[in-house]
Amino acid sequence: MRVMAQMSMVMNLDKCIGCHTCSVTCKQAWTNRSGTEYIWFNNVETRPGQGYPRGYEDQEKWRGGWELGANGKLKLKAGGRVSKLLRLFSNPKLPSIEDYYEPWTYEYDRLLNSPAQEQIPTAPPKSLLTGERVQISWSGNWDDDLGGTYAHKDKDPMLKGIEDKVKFEFDQTFMFYLPRICEHCLNPTCAASCPSGAIYKRSEDGIVLVDQDGCRGWRMCVSGCPYKKIYFNHRTGKAEKCTFCYPRIEQGEPTVCSETCVGRLRYLGLVLYDADAVTAAASVEDDTALYEAQKDLILDPFDPEVLDAASRAGIPHDWIIAAQKSPIYKLIKEYEVALPLHPEYRTMPMVWYIPPLSPVVDVVRDTGYDAEDAETLFAAIDTLRIPVEYLANLFTAGHVETVERVLYKMAAMRAYMRDINLGNAPREGIANAVGMDGASMEEMFRLLAIAKYDERYVIPPGHRESAHHLEGTVAECPVGEVANMSLPTESMGMPRPARGRTNLLNWDGHGRPDGLFPGRTAASPGGA
Amino acid sequence: MNNATTLEILVWVVLPYVVLTIFVLGHLWRFRYDRFGWTTRSSQIYESKLLSIGSPLFHYGIIGIFFGHVVGLGIPKSWTEAIGLREEWYHLMAVTIGLAAAAACVGGLLILIYRRRTNSRVFGATTPGDKLMYLVLAATIGFGVLATIAHSALGHYDYREGVSVWFRDFWTFQPNPALMSEAPIFFQLHILSALALFAIWPFTRLVHVFATPLGYLTRPYIVYRSKDEKTSAPRRGWEKIDY
Ligand code: HEM
Ligand code: SF4
Ligand code: SF4
Repeated sequence: MRVMAQMSMVMNLDKCIGCHTCSVTCKQAWTNRSGTEYIWFNNVETRPGQGYPRGYEDQEKWRGGWELGANGKLKLKAGGRVSKLLRLFSNPKLPSIEDYYEPWTYEYDRLLNSPAQEQIPTAPPKSLLTGERVQISWSGNWDDDLGGTYAHKDKDPMLKGIEDKVKFEFDQTFMFYLPRICEHCLNPTCAASCPSGAIYKRSEDGIVLVDQDGCRGWRMCVSGCPYKKIYFNHRTGKAEKCTFCYPRIEQGEPTVCSETCVGRLRYLGLVLYDADAVTAAASVEDDTALYEAQKDLILDPFDPEVLDAASRAGIPHDWIIAAQKSPIYKLIKEYEVALPLHPEYRTMPMVWYIPPLSPVVDVVRDTGYDAEDAETLFAAIDTLRIPVEYLANLFTAGHVETVERVLYKMAAMRAYMRDINLGNAPREGIANAVGMDGASMEEMFRLLAIAKYDERYVIPPGHRESAHHLEGTVAECPVGEVANMSLPTESMGMPRPARGRTNLLNWDGHGRPDGLFPGRTAASPGGA
Repeated sequence: MNNATTLEILVWVVLPYVVLTIFVLGHLWRFRYDRFGWTTRSSQIYESKLLSIGSPLFHYGIIGIFFGHVVGLGIPKSWTEAIGLREEWYHLMAVTIGLAAAAACVGGLLILIYRRRTNSRVFGATTPGDKLMYLVLAATIGFGVLATIAHSALGHYDYREGVSVWFRDFWTFQPNPALMSEAPIFFQLHILSALALFAIWPFTRLVHVFATPLGYLTRPYIVYRSKDEKTSAPRRGWEKIDY
């Protein structure tokens, strides 16, 4: 047993209102530089819908993730080492900018510089890539709130097999939001696909980062990641990805998306897992068994044997305490209500989701029944096959029973708490019906509904031995240098050496490239 | 060497060594100060269709040509004769394989340049450095093809007794400038443009050639790194970062 710690996230989808605050604050923090216009480390998708980039879940097309070979061993779906090297010159599976969208801005100066005139001046959109005027026809969330989904419904890969059953009429459809960040997988295909070995998993907290000085722009990781959460910065020629806000995490603070989430639906915490068992768990034959296999990887932080192995592995004491208090552990292992997104990609993703009960509740309420009654809700979960099957396609590789089990629990919690809220005697039977008792039901409710900041985010700060490193790391955070929209010369994910640096490749040919010549210090201005 | 003019010495002896120095020191400098800029700067996200034909054609062509040069320049005539390879056979082999690689390379290069010029996204991302690089690269390849066709295939110049000998002597620090000044014009132009290419090489995207990730074949798929120096085992080839 090789115990490792993993910083992970759970999102409670019932509470997501699709406001995109998380996407916007993330973008402001990390990707508001040129070259990253189309890059959304965090994006929010309306489901059913195509997602971002369009149809990314269709792995027969994109060939991201792992698959089982004939010998039962894991292999990269897009081909192994030799085939990757032979295809370096042109990656056959790379999404093009059309699969995302062509980034644009508006000609605002036409508004500012317009002379007095009869017509109201306009600010037509122009492409940020070519500078030409463009007709905007797609973007990162074009099909928000099912807008456009009617026209594109057949393109949601997750509707395969149930497309004829889903009605795309406003009053008969269902809908929910799916916020997505990088999964910080235990078995990441992005790292496995990188020919230069520039993508690595931090051994302390499992955060997956791109070494910007090591990346050589082979763009194999972009197609390798089945979640399409590696993006290609087209100005620097380097891959960039969600950093799990590691400079914040190291200070014990939540990620920007979590901190700013309006629905307060994100949970952050550590889990301990057995790194030696990852490959075996990712190689179980049956896709629908992957959820259980991954759940079994996560170790009980109270088990003395685990504790022993953890301290032998050098995991500090406060981190073990944090793992014991982790809301993630509770949601995944104790209450078993969180599920991984697309376990069938076999990357062992570590951002999990509590599937939404709301599609079911909405239907029940619309038909005039009591949407807080356990029996009615249970029956509705059984009859409303389509939302449930759809959720199963997302979270359990199609295993409907697991999703039903979770939804039963959520429904039971709803009914159980209604009695308490109304001042009636709580009915233990409701809790028992889903294999829980009243006390744990109330605890789960507390965690899901009213948990405070420090219960939702249990983040042990980086330990003191490396404190001086962390300071340096934070100081290198790109946020500080974006004011003039200059290209980053700092390395995201890897602190850069203190000595002077330049970036010749992105030099536009005008003036002197930054840092090429020794800088003049403020104390001794030029000519002195 | 006694009757070589100063100009000949400058062009065929001094200049090549200067370029070699620039090439080596330039790469060292780039690696030290601009590792962040050491990338292919792929433009595939802008345009994929033409690239998927042009880039592999060009690259497989130029890699073939590279190995052709290794054989043609590096292996003395006496060696191939010693293993009984007849001159006509060698010539036939060199010309056919060489021309096939050259055709792929030139065809690919034309597609790539056409793509760069006509696709407005790709053109928008083209820097002055790219343009200079393409100019010199195309000149080098073009003169090389011309020299082979005009002087080797159709003419009677045996580069293995001229240019090749000069090239090998260059590495043993006794180049004979006369061998080059007597070479036909297209060979001279080929060498001169190649010198220009090597001189600008470290400062262009061509540095990506020295990033060819052969280590991928042997390294484990998943890479772990520690942010703490104390717990990360030192690894060959991975520089320790001071932070
Ligand atoms: C075996 C080593 C090499 C590898 C692995 C390699 C790989 C690559 C890759 C991945 C690209 C980016 C293509 C894209 O997505 O836009 C590229 C572009 C390029 N390579 Fe190479 N290359 C190699 C050798 C060479 C050599 C020897 C030359 C020429 C002397 C060369 C010249 C170029 C040029 C000119 C481009 C730019 C193409 C364009 O976008 O217009 N490469 N190479
Ligand atoms: S989700 Fe993140 S860690 Fe997993 S393969 Fe994609 S980029 Fe890598
Ligand atoms: S900020 Fe929260 S509620 Fe708003 S879209 Fe993001 S995850 Fe959903």
